Amino acid sequence: MTTTLPDAGEAAGAHHEVVSGDLLRFATAGSVDDGKSTLIGRLLFDSKSIFADQLESVEQVSRDRGNDYADLSLLTDGLRAEREQGITIDVAYRYFATPKRKFIIADTPGHIQYTRNMVTGASTADVALILVDARKGVVEQSRRHTFLATLLGVPHVVVCVNKMDLVDYDEQVFEKIRAEFTEFASRLRVPDLTFIPVSALAGDNVVTRSENMPWFDGSPLLSHLERLHVASDRNLVDVRFPVQYVIRPQQNDTRDYRGYAGTVASGVMKPGDRVLALPAGLETTIASIDTADGPVEEAYPPMSVTVRLADEIDISRGDMICRPNNAPTVTQDVDAQICWMDESAALVQGKKYAIKHTTRWARAMVKNINYRVDVNTLHRDEEATEIRLNEIARIRLRVTQPLFVDSYQANRQTGAFILVDEATNKTVAAGMIGGAAHQY
Amino acid sequence: MKSHVLSQLRSLEAESIHIMREVVAEMQRPCLLFSGGKDSIVMLHLAVKAFAPARVPFPIMHVDTGLNFQTVLDCRDRWVDRTGVQLVIASVQEGIDRGLVQEEPNGSRNRIQTPVLLEAAEKHGFDALFGGGRRDEEKARAKERVFSFRDDFGQWDPKNQRPEIWNLYNGRVHQGESIRVFPLSNWTELDIWSYIEAENIDLPDLYLAKEREVVERSGMLYEVNDFTPLKDGESAQVLSTRYRTVGDANLTACVESAAVTLRDVVEEVAAVRLTERGATRGDDKVSEAAMEDRKKEGYF
Repeated sequence: MTTTLPDAGEAAGAHHEVVSGDLLRFATAGSVDDGKSTLIGRLLFDSKSIFADQLESVEQVSRDRGNDYADLSLLTDGLRAEREQGITIDVAYRYFATPKRKFIIADTPGHIQYTRNMVTGASTADVALILVDARKGVVEQSRRHTFLATLLGVPHVVVCVNKMDLVDYDEQVFEKIRAEFTEFASRLRVPDLTFIPVSALAGDNVVTRSENMPWFDGSPLLSHLERLHVASDRNLVDVRFPVQYVIRPQQNDTRDYRGYAGTVASGVMKPGDRVLALPAGLETTIASIDTADGPVEEAYPPMSVTVRLADEIDISRGDMICRPNNAPTVTQDVDAQICWMDESAALVQGKKYAIKHTTRWARAMVKNINYRVDVNTLHRDEEATEIRLNEIARIRLRVTQPLFVDSYQANRQTGAFILVDEATNKTVAAGMIGGAAHQY
Repeated sequence: MKSHVLSQLRSLEAESIHIMREVVAEMQRPCLLFSGGKDSIVMLHLAVKAFAPARVPFPIMHVDTGLNFQTVLDCRDRWVDRTGVQLVIASVQEGIDRGLVQEEPNGSRNRIQTPVLLEAAEKHGFDALFGGGRRDEEKARAKERVFSFRDDFGQWDPKNQRPEIWNLYNGRVHQGESIRVFPLSNWTELDIWSYIEAENIDLPDLYLAKEREVVERSGMLYEVNDFTPLKDGESAQVLSTRYRTVGDANLTACVESAAVTLRDVVEEVAAVRLTERGATRGDDKVSEAAMEDRKKEGYF
């Protein structure tokens, strides 16, 4: 994919400084053909996040290859093997900032054989950016990307109908795609779905409003991403504090200190709150919430803090602090959807794996493969006996010790786990606990 | 009602602290690679915060090329005194004397640091090494994992990396294998500087501008000193300069700058036009794939 660029001097203007804004993570999925690299290049370029020497390097390589234009995909295709093959084979992280926000882009390849990478990129994303070629309309790949975004609980989906310049900026083309996409998405749980007609190549509705599409009354992509309200996506209701590490200084002046360090998974914690420690099942009160900068009045996700309790309870890594009247499910039987990520071995019934859930490791056996989901048609294959690389399935696990779980839909932290092959130590699956993200 | 939204700098800080605690909880013997540069200092600062009020529960290792700026060594020693952290020094000069590595013709000790680092890590039994690498630094790093798996030769295989989903990191290794951990993966250069200013972090004074006697070579400015003396036919000039990165004293160039305070630096970085490596590191200009090669060998 190529695009015309102004010269380096114009591109490399003042970079924006962000100290007070918040952080928005978004995942993009798509193939080279639908203009994803160009769109990302355009966002970085128009928001002045490309440095002069990076642009010079891209222009030099493009000239050496005999291209007429600077190839912006060179900015994101990092590894030599990928550049030589001209494909993106892994999740690449890109960063840019505006005065309102810092953005982290997880840029993932769109082909079906890279479902693993899309799942990885979507796992932490607030927003999924899905590209649709205006000339081609909704294709199998658009459905797959949307399904994976909802499977991973991404709260916002933005559909960029790209290459509007090639369909004469026709409103009817956009409306037809919007209607078809909306119909498809109604079978999925997409909390927030937005459509934007763009031309990444020409810059229409990416950073600046397009004069070619006066009929569109929404925001350009960047303004939309800047304004998107993500604070309410976080679960601030259910207090879940997985204990990560116990801090017990061995120095004389702090010998009596005993604090439970961790990252707040969800909920808001305050000193004086009654809490329940699992699996001990004992209640106590939060004495203080400490940080290196001193105690804080409250802690919320994703703060890393150290909690001290009023009573001495035997708590260690992997335990969970919650509220007495609002506790996760304590269970050794886990129903989950998984994405299989290992190319060398398939998941089969009866096999045992290591499982990591929050900060707790255990072992798990596959009791049952309920069905495999076709990621393109959402068809369920209940006859499936093994699950291979990039396949999605619903399975049941029996775990050697209790886990403290919520459904993934209610809690992306305490509803998630990974499976690890005990022989190779490779991470082989991503798991999402509870009900299916799609209906039929 | 409070908004309960963490600023982006505090989000990055929280993520880094989470990563460091995860490593200490799960790995047998972690160690922090400390170059004395701003990124490794920010890492050490974060480690102090992650385990307070206890001391940092792992040593730091300085791979000493023998080509250090004195002010960097002074700063390192201040940090060791202040935090009580254990310092391990792996000497490249000693490696040369023992015949482990050979001096390179161009005087760069960057490449020959690697065997010295790997040997020291093996000798001490370190199974997790914290590095200050950031994904925004260079293209070879954009796809790096936070937990980067290394085989028993300490080498990085881009095809053999583990998927990282959510914040569920997998540090399980067999005997002899190890992981490099990059707690600053998601920070940019501007984030680092904004944080240094916000936390008032002690750095070597090289990072701030002052009048320096410099000589220009291939478009780069080198301070005239024992490491980079004037050559025949060259002439020096006095300019207000500062360093954007701190590497070997014989190879690290400075840039013209009027940034005499941390605030000035933040503003300068916010307006800057060249990536920091492109501007000041002669050793990275060798080829576009230079970083990728060094990475595969186990340098970072």
